[in-house]
Amino acid sequence: MAATFQTRDGYIDDGPLALPDHPTLANYRRVLRSDFLSYLLNTALVTAVCAAIVITLSVTVGYTVVRARGRASRRIFQIFLLGLAIPSQAVVIPVYLVITKLHLYDTLLAVILPTAAFSLPVSVLILVGTMRDIDEELYESMALDGASPTRVLLQLVVPLSRSGISTVGVMSALHAWNGFLFPLLLTQSKSNRLLTLGLYDYVGEFRVDTPALLTAVVLSIVPIFLVYLFARRQLISGLMGVGGK
Amino acid sequence: MADAAKSGGRVSVGRAGVGRPGVVWALPGALFFVFFAVAPMVLVGALAFTDWDGIGTPSWTGMSNWSRLWDDPETHQAIWLSLVLTVLTWVFQTPLALLLGVWAAGRQRNRAVLSAIFFLPLLGSSVALALVWKSLLDPNFGLIADIGPALGFADGDLLGSSKGAFGAVLFVTAWQFIPLHTLIYQGGARAIPRSLYDAAAIDGAGTVRQFFSITLPQLRNTIVTSSVIMVVGALTFFDTVLILTKGGPGTDTTIVPYLMYKNGFQAFDLGYASAVATILVVVATTVSLLLVRLTGFAAMRSTREGM
Repeated sequence: MAATFQTRDGYIDDGPLALPDHPTLANYRRVLRSDFLSYLLNTALVTAVCAAIVITLSVTVGYTVVRARGRASRRIFQIFLLGLAIPSQAVVIPVYLVITKLHLYDTLLAVILPTAAFSLPVSVLILVGTMRDIDEELYESMALDGASPTRVLLQLVVPLSRSGISTVGVMSALHAWNGFLFPLLLTQSKSNRLLTLGLYDYVGEFRVDTPALLTAVVLSIVPIFLVYLFARRQLISGLMGVGGK
Repeated sequence: MADAAKSGGRVSVGRAGVGRPGVVWALPGALFFVFFAVAPMVLVGALAFTDWDGIGTPSWTGMSNWSRLWDDPETHQAIWLSLVLTVLTWVFQTPLALLLGVWAAGRQRNRAVLSAIFFLPLLGSSVALALVWKSLLDPNFGLIADIGPALGFADGDLLGSSKGAFGAVLFVTAWQFIPLHTLIYQGGARAIPRSLYDAAAIDGAGTVRQFFSITLPQLRNTIVTSSVIMVVGALTFFDTVLILTKGGPGTDTTIVPYLMYKNGFQAFDLGYASAVATILVVVATTVSLLLVRLTGFAAMRSTREGM
């Protein structure tokens, strides 16, 4: 942090941990004047769309797994459980093939689709856990009213699993915000660049200007940190839930 | 009823079935996931038998990628490095995360504050974190220039030596992921019934005894879960390697995913890279099947959520 207010020469002379002699905001100006803001907007867009897709799909899948009868829904759950351990790196080549065949290469959508897909297993797992805790009697009383599945979902399941849904939202957003491999391999042009890739790029652009590079790093974490301040409970409880039985 | 749900996915009708969703509700999510994650996993195995430069259409070449893989010393080294890294990661991270997690599970206020700070690395991307460490480890301007000699690197060029670079990858990833596993253990430790400790205390068991007789056995499932996440994670430390060492010096930190990247997206030999990726898929799936078997996840009725 301290280094981001340091001039480049000061950094070279005094080393990384020294407090700056002449605090300066020049690094921040320099980073903001580069394409940083456009990367930030792209990333925000990707993050928002990913979270929306993940929430919609994992809520419907979770609802089905918990409430539908028959073997098919159990099979679907098993697919997602197995999917927990598919490393995205191992399948990035076929994903690249699929994306180019769909003519999506070098678009934000190319990043959004696989990123959202790889957030689904954990999200489904979390939501199935939450939704199973909903009282059976509540379902029965709604059934007595002759409620359709849609009404049960919207009036009973969604309100009662709000904590799980926000956990899923926060975790998938974090995943999308910090994703690196898909942006690296599926986009190319500067106008579609995301923050993590932008940071990686700054290594070349700023070369020995470490304070400017670290400034970009700090700026990239600020938005996530703000979310963390508000959504700390959801994030922590979601991750802790993995360890409980 | 089960037939109705199976055959058409139509909403089943009947007394107990009113308001239950048909399987069709899960189809969008399931198909989406299958299309972008499961099908590619199968496809990567098929691409491993082709020659493909990333632009044209893959052409069938039979076993040639595999025989090349079999003879390639760089691949042998990569598999070996990945295995060593995975084992060392587990040995290094598990005891630390376990102890920290059990400690943080206490309800004392100062612990809550400390753990809130401690969890911050969870927020950053591996790219951001690796960049910070890379600048700290820079032999000319970084912290390592000052403390390197004490660690046995007189010129501070830690990343330039093969042991040092490997150690750096191990250390930086541990620094990044121990908080995650600490949190998992914290959740597990909080789920242990208080009464067990009370009973042990009455019997005169001390803290150490309680840890080994109650905490460890009770955390069995948590240890399995965390270990699997750790192992699959360690098999795929790609971002950190790319930024910190670029697989070097030479090929001394080229682990399997980096080897795949190098062959696939730098040399554009995607067929061969697919064969390398297939190794990853097989290992990771084996580990995950073990997880499902050992912890009985599929039979799980309820996770402890939202504490």
